[in-house]
Amino acid sequence: MQLIVDGKTFEFEADPEMPLLWALRDVVGKTGPKFGCGVAACGACTVHVDGQPIRSCSVAVGDVSGAITTIEGIALSDKLHPVQQAWIEEQVAQCGYCQAGQIMSAVALLDQTPDPTDAEIDEAMNGNLCRCGTYPKIRSAIHRAAVLKKAGN
Amino acid sequence: MASIGKIARRSFLVGVAAIAGGVAVGYYYYRKPFPNPLADGLAEGEATFNPYVKIAADNTITIIVPRAEMGQGVSTTLAAMVAEELEVSLDQITVDHGPVGSAYYNPGLVVDNAPFAFFNETTTAEAARSGLEVVAKLVAIQATGGSSSTRDGFDRMRQAGAAARMLLVSAAAQKLGVPEAELEAANGNILHKASGKSLTYGELAALAATLPPPEEVALKDKADWKLLGTSQKRVDMLAKVTGAPIFGIDVRLPDMLYGTVKMSPKFWSKPVSSDLSMAEKLPGVVKIVPIDTTYGHGFGIIAENTWAAFKAAEAIEATWADADYPLDSAAVTDRLIQGLGEDGWSLRNDGDVDAAFAAAKPERVIEADYAVPYLAHMTMEPMNTTAQFKDGTLDIWCGNQSPTVLRQLCAGQIGIETDKVNVHTTSLGGGFGRRLELDYALYASVLAAAADGRPVKVTWTREEDTTHDAYRPAAVGKFRAVLGDDGLPVAVDMKMASPSIIAGVMRRMFPSLSPVGPDKYIFDAAYDQPYTVANYKVSGVAVPVAIPAGFWRSVGASINGFFHEAFMDEIAVAGKIDPVELRKRLMAEHPTAVKVVEKVAEMSHWGEALPQGKAKGFAFTLSNGSWVGEVVQIADTPAGLRVEKIWIAADVGTAIDPDIIKAQLTSAAIFGLSAAMGQEITFADGMVEQTNFPDNDSLRISQCPEFEVAVLENYHKMGGVGEVGAPPVAPALASAIFALTGNRIRSLPLSKAVSFA
Repeated sequence: MQLIVDGKTFEFEADPEMPLLWALRDVVGKTGPKFGCGVAACGACTVHVDGQPIRSCSVAVGDVSGAITTIEGIALSDKLHPVQQAWIEEQVAQCGYCQAGQIMSAVALLDQTPDPTDAEIDEAMNGNLCRCGTYPKIRSAIHRAAVLKKAGN
Repeated sequence: MASIGKIARRSFLVGVAAIAGGVAVGYYYYRKPFPNPLADGLAEGEATFNPYVKIAADNTITIIVPRAEMGQGVSTTLAAMVAEELEVSLDQITVDHGPVGSAYYNPGLVVDNAPFAFFNETTTAEAARSGLEVVAKLVAIQATGGSSSTRDGFDRMRQAGAAARMLLVSAAAQKLGVPEAELEAANGNILHKASGKSLTYGELAALAATLPPPEEVALKDKADWKLLGTSQKRVDMLAKVTGAPIFGIDVRLPDMLYGTVKMSPKFWSKPVSSDLSMAEKLPGVVKIVPIDTTYGHGFGIIAENTWAAFKAAEAIEATWADADYPLDSAAVTDRLIQGLGEDGWSLRNDGDVDAAFAAAKPERVIEADYAVPYLAHMTMEPMNTTAQFKDGTLDIWCGNQSPTVLRQLCAGQIGIETDKVNVHTTSLGGGFGRRLELDYALYASVLAAAADGRPVKVTWTREEDTTHDAYRPAAVGKFRAVLGDDGLPVAVDMKMASPSIIAGVMRRMFPSLSPVGPDKYIFDAAYDQPYTVANYKVSGVAVPVAIPAGFWRSVGASINGFFHEAFMDEIAVAGKIDPVELRKRLMAEHPTAVKVVEKVAEMSHWGEALPQGKAKGFAFTLSNGSWVGEVVQIADTPAGLRVEKIWIAADVGTAIDPDIIKAQLTSAAIFGLSAAMGQEITFADGMVEQTNFPDNDSLRISQCPEFEVAVLENYHKMGGVGEVGAPPVAPALASAIFALTGNRIRSLPLSKAVSFA
């Protein structure tokens, strides 16, 4: 089996029924995507396949054909992604466990909708649960990231 | 011995503060009783000064924050305390949780358990606190909870930084041959201004660590603080936005196996029969082992990956012994209501409540029955532990809130000495009290002992996590009041019945010991509120229901905050007094409380007319040493009720990091809102009915209200912040719903009575 993850190709043996999340975490060694629920209900495992956000806990690794991007692959050559930068500037994370998934959903949102409204943020981010309740800061950080991204940061 | 130390500390404080113009307290804490846990594990070139500071020759400065980082920002706030006195900035240091050690025990957590209101500073209350300080030192439990870390660490962490700085100054004086008085510490250097010479801390560390620690440590005045009192950038933010492997579930070790557990779905039950053959045959399964612990019974699966372990757990066939507690939620509630008729303890009994009710006219009496359900913690990171048992030593990696007890119980579980266990505490993907329990580490220890020396990462499914929690217990309450002619209450009588958290903890962790006396958590936020009513009785009954009950963010206050404050709203309505005005009058003896009430009323424009279809509710709770008022505004929308905005005013005494405090107040309010609106754990045939987020969801971003938070610093003692935002939110919301709809809801979750947008 072969996966392209964060620009690198990985060859490995695995049950094709294994969820992509466990292939990434246990086999490929990418622990950025997190296990939260196993049923696509919390968003902690969010990664991109060809730029589209998916819940990796609920997709069989054998069904994945595109290039995968995880939280570990969105910063370019030591420069943080604007969403990561905005997350730091707004001091979003508390426990931080859900934030990899939150950030991946936010990156996908801004790729589609460069300047989202609060309603568009709510819709795009509703599948990402945060038990620490960082939602108000997530909203602010997405608005800030939109500005950073447009400015080329 | 320790009580003498306490007295000496008091006089020491007064004496030194007067002379040095600074504050100097409690230095004996870390100077004497326990060895420095860092002394044995130093790297080449590293020197340690006390259990909190290490400095290497290359100028790497490591500050140990021996409290669990679960999002409350403790790794930043406690490090800032050390850094403030060490004269370094937060970007010059590395923060580490450090090893497990009795030196890191938490007296603040224990002292808070004295059964006296926070504002009670009578000789009796202070004596009880001193007594508990002795107990804390004797049991020496390193733990994170009770919103205690900042309060507990405030003196000790600053002293650690100051003591290290003084040693570095002494070392510089020796090296440069100048008097200490001519030297100054700044930004990780000791400067001699007269000569322009300067030495880095790294250059001085080795010598400084050989010098005798100072006998007295003077701390800076608050006016001279550079870091404290100012919002800091969190030290772990970069790691958390880049997906760095900082959580227990991210641990990866050479030759590591994976695993999970399948425990009895009925608490405490053992398997009557089991068939492991199907599970054992599945690909990737290495071994299935029985688990028998004080937490429960079941099976552990060791496999080549987590997915294989999950599949094998599903394939285990077992029947379990019957449960020995009320089997369903209705039976639990019946048992609790029966408890209300039993004799309990009273922690407050002012005046003569019985006489007041006997003399009252029936039309001036109001009565109400309240109830709250069991709740699960639902931390985002499911329970997990990595453990390795090799050459007689057990190493454990996990997020946990209680590493000393964890070490002791895991050692006992596999039959080795406590000093043969190393605990590596990672960042926690949510704690909320769940990781004060130790089941995840006990089970992993059993699996590690069967893994031929290989490490095993044991991860629970979300379903296993939800159905095997130590739940916030259900509770019922009977409340009545007599109203005077002016509408103010002349008597209140409150009685609660609930399973005891302490009894549950003892059964799970120390089954050979029996709890004594009342469980204070049954009374918290009911007996200790700053209200004055002539006749005021608060009693409680511990009902023996064996469903595991544990610490859930704000603990007893999560129950009684709702009961007490929702009932106060009923009193206000019945007495025809504005709910905010009622509080101001009943709390007039406590100016701190009144200022909080006035602040949140002002922020929220309380009393001003709202558009049709909107309403506000108010509540106040003093818990964990902080005084918190909240106003919740709701709107009726076609999709249901929407929580639009929450205003919070909190007096924390001294605010160390304002932004982190605001984040914590908001966080706890959202946590409380999730529970108030929609969460409950129910039982059928002795088993938990909810399994995952879809049937026990939390607030989503689309439901999240706007927040406005004010932090006040009027009270003379510091309060905690991690939990205190939670208790007032449910009663404020329930009161807002009453104001909007006339529907008085006395049972949570509110979604059983109304629909939310």
